Amino acid sequence: MEMIVRTKQFFMGIGDLTYFAARFFKQLVRPPFEVKELLRQCYQVGNRSLLLVVTTGFIIGLVLTLQTRPTLIEFGAVSWMPNMVGISIVREIGPVITALICSGRVASGFGAELGSMRVTEQIDAMEVSGTNPFKFLVVTRILATTLMLPLLVIFGDLIALYGSSLVEYFKGNVAFKLYFNKVFEALSYGDLVPATMKSFVFGFVIGLTGCYKGYKTERGTAGVGIAANTAVVMASLLLFMVDFVAVFISDIFYEL
Amino acid sequence: MVTAPKSREAMKERSQDEVVVNIQNLYKSFGDNHVLNGFNMVLYKGENVVVMGKSGSGKSVMIKCLVGLMAPDSGRVEVLGKDINGLDQIALDQLRSDVGFLFQGSALYDSMTVRENLEFPMRRHRKKFANLDDTLPLVKEALENVGLAHTMDLMPVELSGGMKRRIALARAIILKPKLILYDEPTSGLDPITAKEIIELMRSIQKKYGTSALIITHDVDCARVISERMILLVDGINYIEGTYAELIKSEDPKVNAFFKK
Repeated sequence: MEMIVRTKQFFMGIGDLTYFAARFFKQLVRPPFEVKELLRQCYQVGNRSLLLVVTTGFIIGLVLTLQTRPTLIEFGAVSWMPNMVGISIVREIGPVITALICSGRVASGFGAELGSMRVTEQIDAMEVSGTNPFKFLVVTRILATTLMLPLLVIFGDLIALYGSSLVEYFKGNVAFKLYFNKVFEALSYGDLVPATMKSFVFGFVIGLTGCYKGYKTERGTAGVGIAANTAVVMASLLLFMVDFVAVFISDIFYEL
Repeated sequence: MVTAPKSREAMKERSQDEVVVNIQNLYKSFGDNHVLNGFNMVLYKGENVVVMGKSGSGKSVMIKCLVGLMAPDSGRVEVLGKDINGLDQIALDQLRSDVGFLFQGSALYDSMTVRENLEFPMRRHRKKFANLDDTLPLVKEALENVGLAHTMDLMPVELSGGMKRRIALARAIILKPKLILYDEPTSGLDPITAKEIIELMRSIQKKYGTSALIITHDVDCARVISERMILLVDGINYIEGTYAELIKSEDPKVNAFFKK
Protein backbone atom coordinates (compact mmCIF):
# COMPACT_ATOMS: atom_id res chain seq x y z
CA MET A 1 0.00 0.00 0.00
CA GLU A 2 2.80 2.37 0.98
CA MET A 3 4.57 1.48 -2.25
CA ILE A 4 1.53 2.53 -4.29
CA VAL A 5 1.28 5.82 -2.40
CA ARG A 6 4.98 6.55 -2.95
CA THR A 7 4.77 5.69 -6.64
CA LYS A 8 1.76 7.96 -6.97
CA GLN A 9 3.61 10.76 -5.18
CA PHE A 10 6.64 10.24 -7.44
CA PHE A 11 4.61 10.61 -10.63
CA MET A 12 2.68 13.56 -9.17
CA GLY A 13 6.04 15.18 -8.40
CA ILE A 14 7.22 14.68 -11.98
CA GLY A 15 3.95 16.14 -13.26
CA ASP A 16 4.29 19.14 -10.95
CA LEU A 17 7.91 19.73 -12.00
CA THR A 18 6.89 19.51 -15.67
CA TYR A 19 4.12 22.04 -15.08
CA PHE A 20 6.64 24.29 -13.29
CA ALA A 21 8.99 24.05 -16.30
CA ALA A 22 6.13 24.81 -18.71
CA ARG A 23 5.24 27.86 -16.62
CA PHE A 24 8.86 29.01 -16.91
CA PHE A 25 8.77 28.87 -20.72
CA LYS A 26 5.39 30.64 -20.77
CA GLN A 27 6.58 33.46 -18.50
CA LEU A 28 9.97 33.70 -20.25
CA VAL A 29 8.51 35.25 -23.41
CA ARG A 30 5.96 37.50 -21.73
CA PRO A 31 6.83 41.09 -20.82
CA PRO A 32 7.80 42.77 -18.56
CA PHE A 33 11.36 41.42 -18.65
CA GLU A 34 13.30 41.61 -15.40
CA VAL A 35 16.66 42.45 -17.02
CA LYS A 36 18.24 44.05 -13.94
CA GLU A 37 17.41 41.05 -11.75
CA LEU A 38 18.61 38.67 -14.50
CA LEU A 39 22.00 40.40 -14.62
CA ARG A 40 22.23 40.30 -10.83
CA GLN A 41 21.52 36.57 -10.87
CA CYS A 42 24.05 36.01 -13.68
CA TYR A 43 26.64 37.72 -11.48
CA GLN A 44 25.61 35.62 -8.46
CA VAL A 45 25.66 32.33 -10.37
CA GLY A 46 28.61 33.01 -12.65
CA ASN A 47 31.07 35.16 -10.80
CA ARG A 48 30.47 33.67 -7.39
CA SER A 49 30.89 30.09 -8.67
CA LEU A 50 33.95 30.82 -10.78
CA LEU A 51 36.62 30.31 -8.12
CA LEU A 52 35.09 27.02 -7.01
CA VAL A 53 34.84 25.75 -10.60
CA VAL A 54 38.39 26.71 -11.64
CA THR A 55 39.91 25.29 -8.44
CA THR A 56 38.11 21.98 -8.93
CA GLY A 57 38.92 21.97 -12.65
CA PHE A 58 42.62 22.53 -11.96
CA ILE A 59 42.75 19.66 -9.45
CA ILE A 60 40.79 17.34 -11.77
CA GLY A 61 43.26 18.08 -14.59
CA LEU A 62 46.23 17.37 -12.35
CA VAL A 63 44.80 14.19 -10.83
CA LEU A 64 43.51 12.76 -14.10
CA THR A 65 46.93 13.17 -15.74
CA LEU A 66 48.87 11.85 -12.75
CA GLN A 67 46.65 8.79 -12.45
CA THR A 68 46.59 7.97 -16.18
CA ARG A 69 50.29 8.55 -16.86
CA PRO A 70 51.72 5.27 -15.48
CA THR A 71 49.23 3.16 -17.46
CA LEU A 72 49.90 5.04 -20.70
CA ILE A 73 53.68 4.69 -20.12
CA GLU A 74 53.20 0.96 -19.63
CA PHE A 75 51.49 0.71 -23.03
CA GLY A 76 53.95 3.12 -24.66
CA ALA A 77 51.16 5.55 -25.41
CA VAL A 78 52.09 8.51 -23.23
CA SER A 79 52.25 10.76 -26.30
CA TRP A 80 48.47 10.29 -26.51
CA MET A 81 48.00 11.94 -23.13
CA PRO A 82 46.87 15.40 -24.41
CA ASN A 83 44.40 13.76 -26.82
CA MET A 84 42.94 11.52 -24.17
CA VAL A 85 42.74 14.15 -21.42
CA GLY A 86 41.47 16.81 -23.83
CA ILE A 87 38.63 14.68 -25.18
CA SER A 88 37.60 13.27 -21.82
CA ILE A 89 37.57 16.69 -20.13
CA VAL A 90 35.79 18.57 -22.90
CA ARG A 91 33.23 15.88 -23.70
CA GLU A 92 32.38 14.53 -20.28
CA ILE A 93 34.36 15.36 -17.16
CA GLY A 94 34.31 19.15 -17.50
CA PRO A 95 30.55 19.61 -18.01
CA VAL A 96 29.56 16.96 -15.45
CA ILE A 97 31.94 18.07 -12.68
CA THR A 98 31.10 21.75 -13.20
CA ALA A 99 27.38 20.97 -13.19
CA LEU A 100 27.69 18.87 -10.02
CA ILE A 101 29.60 21.65 -8.24
CA CYS A 102 27.02 24.19 -9.34
CA SER A 103 24.17 21.95 -8.25
CA GLY A 104 25.75 21.82 -4.79
CA ARG A 105 26.23 25.55 -4.61
CA VAL A 106 23.48 27.05 -6.77
CA ALA A 107 20.58 24.59 -6.52
CA SER A 108 20.84 24.39 -2.72
CA GLY A 109 21.22 28.19 -2.57
CA PHE A 110 18.09 28.72 -4.65
CA GLY A 111 16.22 26.11 -2.60
CA ALA A 112 17.16 27.76 0.68
CA GLU A 113 16.69 31.35 -0.51
CA LEU A 114 13.31 30.89 -2.17
CA GLY A 115 12.20 28.52 0.58
CA SER A 116 13.00 31.09 3.22
CA MET A 117 11.22 33.77 1.17
CA ARG A 118 8.19 31.51 0.95
CA VAL A 119 7.93 30.77 4.68
CA THR A 120 8.53 34.40 5.69
CA GLU A 121 5.80 35.55 3.27
CA GLN A 122 8.23 37.60 1.15
CA ILE A 123 6.86 35.94 -1.99
CA ASP A 124 3.31 36.87 -0.94
CA ALA A 125 4.48 40.43 -0.25
CA MET A 126 5.94 40.57 -3.74
CA GLU A 127 2.66 39.41 -5.26
CA VAL A 128 0.64 41.92 -3.24
CA SER A 129 2.90 44.72 -4.45
CA GLY A 130 1.96 43.88 -8.04
CA THR A 131 5.12 42.05 -9.09
CA ASN A 132 4.84 38.56 -10.53
CA PRO A 133 7.10 36.62 -8.11
CA PHE A 134 7.47 33.69 -10.50
CA LYS A 135 8.84 35.96 -13.19
CA PHE A 136 11.00 38.01 -10.84
CA LEU A 137 12.44 35.15 -8.78
CA VAL A 138 12.15 31.95 -10.80
CA VAL A 139 12.47 32.95 -14.46
CA THR A 140 15.54 35.12 -13.81
CA ARG A 141 17.29 32.43 -11.78
CA ILE A 142 16.65 29.57 -14.22
CA LEU A 143 17.71 31.74 -17.15
CA ALA A 144 20.85 32.86 -15.31
CA THR A 145 21.99 29.28 -14.60
CA THR A 146 21.15 28.23 -18.17
CA LEU A 147 23.30 31.03 -19.60
CA MET A 148 26.13 30.92 -17.06
CA LEU A 149 26.81 27.19 -16.83
CA PRO A 150 28.30 26.84 -20.35
CA LEU A 151 30.65 29.75 -19.57
CA LEU A 152 31.69 28.11 -16.31
CA VAL A 153 32.25 24.84 -18.16
CA ILE A 154 34.55 26.60 -20.65
CA PHE A 155 36.55 28.14 -17.80
CA GLY A 156 36.64 24.82 -15.95
CA ASP A 157 37.79 22.93 -19.06
CA LEU A 158 40.59 25.39 -19.82
CA ILE A 159 41.89 25.32 -16.26
CA ALA A 160 41.68 21.51 -16.14
CA LEU A 161 43.71 21.31 -19.36
CA TYR A 162 46.18 23.78 -17.90
CA GLY A 163 46.54 21.56 -14.78
CA SER A 164 47.09 18.55 -17.00
CA SER A 165 49.67 20.41 -19.11
CA LEU A 166 51.58 21.33 -15.93
CA VAL A 167 51.96 17.64 -15.04
CA GLU A 168 53.12 16.87 -18.58
CA TYR A 169 55.55 19.78 -18.46
CA PHE A 170 57.17 18.73 -15.19
CA LYS A 171 56.97 14.95 -15.62
CA GLY A 172 57.39 14.54 -19.38
CA ASN A 173 59.07 17.79 -20.48
CA VAL A 174 56.20 18.50 -22.86
CA ALA A 175 55.98 22.20 -23.79
CA PHE A 176 52.69 24.00 -23.12
CA LYS A 177 52.35 24.98 -26.78
CA LEU A 178 52.88 21.43 -27.98
CA TYR A 179 50.46 20.10 -25.37
CA PHE A 180 47.66 22.51 -26.32
CA ASN A 181 48.31 22.01 -30.06
CA LYS A 182 47.80 18.28 -29.58
CA VAL A 183 44.65 18.87 -27.52
CA PHE A 184 43.06 21.10 -30.15
CA GLU A 185 44.13 18.73 -32.95
CA ALA A 186 42.30 15.93 -31.19
CA LEU A 187 39.11 17.93 -30.63
CA SER A 188 36.46 18.32 -33.31
CA TYR A 189 33.10 20.11 -33.54
CA GLY A 190 31.56 16.74 -32.75
CA ASP A 191 33.15 17.02 -29.31
CA LEU A 192 32.50 20.71 -28.65
CA VAL A 193 28.91 21.13 -29.87
CA PRO A 194 27.26 18.30 -27.86
CA ALA A 195 29.24 19.29 -24.75
CA THR A 196 28.09 22.92 -25.05
CA MET A 197 24.48 21.96 -25.73
CA LYS A 198 24.60 19.61 -22.77
CA SER A 199 25.94 22.41 -20.54
CA PHE A 200 22.93 24.63 -21.35
CA VAL A 201 20.58 21.79 -20.38
CA PHE A 202 22.57 21.13 -17.19
CA GLY A 203 22.23 24.80 -16.26
CA PHE A 204 18.50 24.68 -16.91
CA VAL A 205 18.11 21.54 -14.78
CA ILE A 206 20.06 23.06 -11.86
CA GLY A 207 18.05 26.30 -11.93
CA LEU A 208 14.76 24.47 -12.37
CA THR A 209 15.17 22.01 -9.50
CA GLY A 210 16.57 24.63 -7.10
CA CYS A 211 13.76 27.07 -7.83
CA TYR A 212 11.09 24.36 -7.85
CA LYS A 213 12.06 23.01 -4.44
CA GLY A 214 12.41 26.50 -2.95
CA TYR A 215 9.25 27.96 -4.45
CA LYS A 216 7.16 25.01 -3.29
CA THR A 217 8.52 24.96 0.26
CA GLU A 218 6.04 24.03 2.97
CA ARG A 219 6.14 23.29 6.69
CA GLY A 220 7.95 26.39 7.94
CA THR A 221 11.66 26.71 8.62
CA ALA A 222 12.16 22.92 8.69
CA GLY A 223 10.90 22.92 5.11
CA VAL A 224 13.69 25.32 4.08
CA GLY A 225 16.37 22.78 5.06
CA ILE A 226 14.50 20.01 3.29
CA ALA A 227 14.13 22.18 0.17
CA ALA A 228 17.87 22.97 0.06
CA ASN A 229 18.80 19.34 0.60
CA THR A 230 16.36 17.76 -1.84
CA ALA A 231 17.23 20.39 -4.47
CA VAL A 232 20.85 19.16 -4.54
CA VAL A 233 19.90 15.49 -4.54
CA MET A 234 17.28 15.91 -7.24
CA ALA A 235 19.50 18.15 -9.40
CA SER A 236 22.44 15.71 -9.18
CA LEU A 237 20.26 12.76 -10.09
CA LEU A 238 18.64 14.59 -12.99
CA LEU A 239 22.08 15.72 -14.24
CA PHE A 240 23.21 12.12 -14.65
CA MET A 241 19.95 11.19 -16.37
CA VAL A 242 20.26 14.15 -18.75
CA ASP A 243 23.91 13.24 -19.34
CA PHE A 244 22.97 9.71 -20.30
CA VAL A 245 20.33 10.94 -22.75
CA ALA A 246 22.72 13.54 -24.20
CA VAL A 247 25.50 10.96 -24.72
CA PHE A 248 23.00 8.54 -26.20
CA ILE A 249 21.73 11.13 -28.70
CA SER A 250 25.21 12.37 -29.67
CA ASP A 251 26.29 8.76 -30.15
CA ILE A 252 23.46 8.27 -32.66
CA PHE A 253 24.69 11.30 -34.59
CA TYR A 254 28.25 9.90 -34.56
CA GLU A 255 26.95 6.65 -36.07
CA LEU A 256 25.31 8.63 -38.87
CA MET B 1 -24.14 35.87 13.88
CA VAL B 2 -24.94 38.33 16.67
CA THR B 3 -24.58 42.07 16.14
CA ALA B 4 -24.56 44.29 19.19
CA PRO B 5 -27.29 47.04 19.17
CA LYS B 6 -25.05 50.13 18.98
CA SER B 7 -22.96 48.66 16.17
CA ARG B 8 -26.12 47.72 14.27
CA GLU B 9 -27.35 51.31 14.45
CA ALA B 10 -23.97 52.69 13.39
CA MET B 11 -23.83 50.37 10.39
CA LYS B 12 -27.33 51.35 9.24
CA GLU B 13 -26.26 54.98 9.04
CA ARG B 14 -23.50 54.23 6.50
CA SER B 15 -24.42 54.26 2.81
CA GLN B 16 -23.43 51.54 0.35
CA ASP B 17 -21.05 54.00 -1.37
CA GLU B 18 -18.90 53.95 1.71
CA VAL B 19 -18.34 50.19 1.65
CA VAL B 20 -14.63 49.41 1.24
CA VAL B 21 -14.72 45.66 1.88
CA ASN B 22 -17.74 43.44 1.49
CA ILE B 23 -17.40 39.72 2.14
CA GLN B 24 -20.44 37.51 1.64
CA ASN B 25 -20.66 33.79 2.45
CA LEU B 26 -16.95 33.10 2.24
CA TYR B 27 -16.05 29.40 2.32
CA LYS B 28 -12.52 27.96 2.29
CA SER B 29 -11.33 24.44 3.06
CA PHE B 30 -7.98 22.67 3.04
CA GLY B 31 -8.84 19.02 2.50
CA ASP B 32 -11.13 18.03 5.36
CA ASN B 33 -10.28 21.14 7.34
CA HIS B 34 -13.13 23.61 6.80
CA VAL B 35 -11.54 26.90 7.80
CA LEU B 36 -14.17 29.42 6.70
CA ASN B 37 -17.82 28.36 6.72
CA GLY B 38 -19.78 31.30 5.35
CA PHE B 39 -17.95 34.29 6.78
CA ASN B 40 -19.56 37.71 6.24
CA MET B 41 -18.30 41.19 6.95
CA VAL B 42 -18.51 44.79 5.78
CA LEU B 43 -15.85 47.46 6.28
CA TYR B 44 -16.75 51.11 5.73
CA LYS B 45 -14.61 54.03 4.60
CA GLY B 46 -12.33 55.41 7.32
CA GLU B 47 -13.24 52.61 9.71
CA ASN B 48 -10.93 50.36 11.76
CA VAL B 49 -12.34 46.87 12.10
CA VAL B 50 -10.58 44.18 14.08
CA VAL B 51 -11.18 40.51 13.36
CA MET B 52 -10.24 38.37 16.32
CA GLY B 53 -10.05 34.65 16.70
CA LYS B 54 -7.94 31.81 18.01
CA SER B 55 -4.83 30.67 16.12
CA GLY B 56 -5.90 28.59 13.14
CA SER B 57 -9.40 30.07 13.11
CA GLY B 58 -8.96 31.29 9.52
CA LYS B 59 -8.19 34.98 10.08
CA SER B 60 -5.09 35.01 7.87
CA VAL B 61 -6.86 32.89 5.23
CA MET B 62 -9.68 35.43 5.12
CA ILE B 63 -7.32 38.40 4.74
CA LYS B 64 -5.37 36.60 2.00
CA CYS B 65 -8.61 36.02 0.09
CA LEU B 66 -9.09 39.80 0.14
CA VAL B 67 -5.99 40.47 -1.98
CA GLY B 68 -6.21 37.41 -4.19
CA LEU B 69 -3.37 35.51 -2.52
CA MET B 70 -5.84 32.68 -1.96
CA ALA B 71 -8.94 31.83 -3.96
CA PRO B 72 -12.03 31.08 -1.91
CA ASP B 73 -13.99 27.87 -2.51
CA SER B 74 -17.14 29.97 -2.79
CA GLY B 75 -18.49 33.33 -1.75
CA ARG B 76 -18.18 36.91 -2.88
CA VAL B 77 -15.25 39.16 -1.94
CA GLU B 78 -15.54 42.81 -2.95
CA VAL B 79 -12.70 45.24 -2.30
CA LEU B 80 -13.16 48.93 -3.17
CA GLY B 81 -16.23 47.98 -5.18
CA LYS B 82 -14.54 45.29 -7.26
CA ASP B 83 -15.19 41.56 -7.11
CA ILE B 84 -11.74 40.06 -6.51
CA ASN B 85 -12.58 36.72 -8.12
CA GLY B 86 -13.72 38.31 -11.38
CA LEU B 87 -10.56 40.35 -11.98
CA ASP B 88 -7.83 39.55 -14.49
CA GLN B 89 -4.18 39.85 -13.40
CA ILE B 90 -3.77 43.45 -14.63
CA ALA B 91 -6.93 44.65 -12.90
CA LEU B 92 -5.98 42.75 -9.74
CA ASP B 93 -2.53 44.37 -9.68
CA GLN B 94 -4.17 47.75 -10.20
CA LEU B 95 -6.51 47.13 -7.29
CA ARG B 96 -3.61 45.97 -5.13
CA SER B 97 -1.99 49.39 -5.52
CA ASP B 98 -4.88 50.77 -3.45
CA VAL B 99 -4.40 48.14 -0.74
CA GLY B 100 -1.52 48.12 1.73
CA PHE B 101 -0.63 44.85 3.47
CA LEU B 102 1.37 44.51 6.66
CA PHE B 103 2.47 40.90 6.99
CA GLN B 104 2.75 39.05 10.29
CA GLY B 105 6.53 38.65 10.12
CA SER B 106 7.10 41.99 8.32
CA ALA B 107 8.15 40.11 5.13
CA LEU B 108 10.90 42.56 4.20
CA TYR B 109 13.03 41.40 1.27
CA ASP B 110 16.26 40.20 2.86
CA SER B 111 18.42 40.83 -0.20
CA MET B 112 17.38 44.48 -0.57
CA THR B 113 18.11 47.62 1.42
CA VAL B 114 15.34 49.45 3.25
CA ARG B 115 15.13 51.95 0.37
CA GLU B 116 14.87 49.16 -2.23
CA ASN B 117 12.21 47.46 -0.11
CA LEU B 118 10.14 50.64 -0.14
CA GLU B 119 10.72 51.29 -3.84
CA PHE B 120 9.70 47.76 -4.79
CA PRO B 121 5.89 48.31 -4.77
CA MET B 122 6.37 51.39 -6.99
CA ARG B 123 7.95 49.36 -9.82
CA ARG B 124 4.58 48.26 -11.15
CA HIS B 125 2.61 51.39 -10.30
CA ARG B 126 4.62 54.16 -11.88
CA LYS B 127 1.54 55.52 -13.66
CA LYS B 128 0.18 56.52 -10.29
CA PHE B 129 3.23 58.73 -9.79
CA ALA B 130 3.64 59.88 -13.39
CA ASN B 131 4.93 63.32 -12.36
CA LEU B 132 7.65 61.85 -10.18
CA ASP B 133 10.89 60.73 -11.78
CA ASP B 134 12.55 60.14 -8.49
CA THR B 135 11.04 57.88 -5.88
CA LEU B 136 13.29 59.21 -3.15
CA PRO B 137 10.87 61.88 -1.78
CA LEU B 138 8.17 59.22 -1.35
CA VAL B 139 10.57 56.83 0.37
CA LYS B 140 11.71 59.62 2.68
CA GLU B 141 8.15 60.61 3.52
CA ALA B 142 7.13 57.04 4.29
CA LEU B 143 10.18 56.50 6.48
CA GLU B 144 9.64 59.79 8.29
CA ASN B 145 6.07 58.69 9.00
CA VAL B 146 7.41 55.72 10.92
CA GLY B 147 10.33 57.64 12.46
CA LEU B 148 13.08 55.68 10.70
CA ALA B 149 14.42 58.08 8.05
CA HIS B 150 18.00 57.21 9.03
CA THR B 151 17.65 53.52 8.09
CA MET B 152 17.34 54.02 4.33
CA ASP B 153 20.57 52.28 3.39
CA LEU B 154 20.47 49.53 5.99
CA MET B 155 19.72 45.89 5.24
CA PRO B 156 16.77 44.21 7.02
CA VAL B 157 19.17 41.96 8.95
CA GLU B 158 20.57 45.09 10.65
CA LEU B 159 17.15 46.06 12.05
CA SER B 160 15.39 45.00 15.24
CA GLY B 161 11.98 43.26 15.14
CA GLY B 162 10.15 46.49 15.94
CA MET B 163 12.08 48.46 13.33
CA LYS B 164 11.33 45.81 10.72
CA ARG B 165 7.62 46.06 11.52
CA ARG B 166 7.74 49.85 11.16
CA ILE B 167 9.60 49.61 7.84
CA ALA B 168 7.01 47.09 6.66
CA LEU B 169 4.33 49.59 7.67
CA ALA B 170 6.14 52.30 5.69
CA ARG B 171 6.18 49.94 2.68
CA ALA B 172 2.46 49.25 3.12
CA ILE B 173 1.60 52.97 2.97
CA ILE B 174 4.04 54.08 0.28
CA LEU B 175 1.45 53.85 -2.50
CA LYS B 176 -1.01 55.89 -0.38
CA PRO B 177 -3.55 53.06 -0.22
CA LYS B 178 -7.22 53.49 0.55
CA LEU B 179 -7.27 50.31 2.60
CA ILE B 180 -4.61 48.77 4.85
CA LEU B 181 -4.73 45.13 5.91
CA TYR B 182 -2.82 44.27 9.06
CA ASP B 183 -2.04 40.61 9.76
CA GLU B 184 -1.12 40.33 13.46
CA PRO B 185 0.64 43.72 13.58
CA THR B 186 1.87 43.32 17.16
CA SER B 187 2.70 39.62 17.31
CA GLY B 188 6.18 38.78 18.50
CA LEU B 189 6.82 42.31 19.78
CA ASP B 190 7.43 43.46 23.36
CA PRO B 191 4.56 45.49 24.93
CA ILE B 192 6.31 48.86 24.48
CA THR B 193 7.12 48.29 20.80
CA ALA B 194 3.62 46.89 20.26
CA LYS B 195 2.19 50.10 21.72
CA GLU B 196 4.40 52.16 19.38
CA ILE B 197 3.14 50.19 16.38
CA ILE B 198 -0.48 50.72 17.44
CA GLU B 199 0.16 54.46 17.79
CA LEU B 200 1.72 54.52 14.34
CA MET B 201 -1.30 52.71 12.88
CA ARG B 202 -3.59 55.31 14.41
CA SER B 203 -1.51 58.27 13.24
CA ILE B 204 -1.34 56.87 9.69
CA GLN B 205 -5.09 56.43 9.60
CA LYS B 206 -5.54 59.98 10.84
CA LYS B 207 -3.08 61.40 8.30
CA TYR B 208 -4.24 59.53 5.20
CA GLY B 209 -7.85 58.72 6.11
CA THR B 210 -7.40 55.04 5.28
CA SER B 211 -9.70 52.20 6.24
CA ALA B 212 -8.10 49.34 8.13
CA LEU B 213 -8.85 45.69 8.63
CA ILE B 214 -6.79 44.30 11.48
CA ILE B 215 -6.34 40.62 12.18
CA THR B 216 -5.15 39.94 15.68
CA HIS B 217 -5.53 37.84 18.80
CA ASP B 218 -4.02 40.60 20.93
CA VAL B 219 -6.97 41.89 22.99
CA ASP B 220 -5.10 45.05 24.07
CA CYS B 221 -4.34 45.96 20.47
CA ALA B 222 -7.97 45.33 19.51
CA ARG B 223 -9.24 47.45 22.41
CA VAL B 224 -7.12 50.47 21.47
CA ILE B 225 -7.40 50.42 17.70
CA SER B 226 -10.85 49.06 16.89
CA GLU B 227 -14.04 50.91 16.21
CA ARG B 228 -15.77 47.60 15.63
CA MET B 229 -14.73 44.03 16.38
CA ILE B 230 -15.69 40.74 14.80
CA LEU B 231 -15.07 37.47 16.58
CA LEU B 232 -14.27 34.64 14.17
CA VAL B 233 -15.29 31.28 15.64
CA ASP B 234 -15.74 28.00 13.72
CA GLY B 235 -15.28 29.79 10.40
CA ILE B 236 -18.12 32.28 10.87
CA ASN B 237 -18.39 35.79 12.27
CA TYR B 238 -19.70 34.67 15.64
CA ILE B 239 -20.33 38.07 17.18
CA GLU B 240 -19.82 41.66 16.14
CA GLY B 241 -19.74 44.90 18.13
CA THR B 242 -17.57 47.48 19.84
CA TYR B 243 -15.04 46.43 22.45
CA ALA B 244 -17.28 47.80 25.19
CA GLU B 245 -20.21 45.75 23.88
CA LEU B 246 -18.30 42.51 23.53
CA ILE B 247 -16.66 42.72 26.94
CA LYS B 248 -20.14 42.82 28.50
CA SER B 249 -21.29 39.75 26.58
CA GLU B 250 -22.50 36.75 28.59
CA ASP B 251 -21.72 34.33 25.77
CA PRO B 252 -19.23 31.71 27.04
CA LYS B 253 -17.27 31.66 23.76
CA VAL B 254 -16.85 35.43 23.91
CA ASN B 255 -16.02 35.34 27.61
CA ALA B 256 -13.39 32.68 27.02
CA PHE B 257 -11.74 34.94 24.53
CA PHE B 258 -11.66 37.98 26.76
CA LYS B 259 -10.48 35.84 29.73
CA LYS B 260 -13.21 36.94 32.09
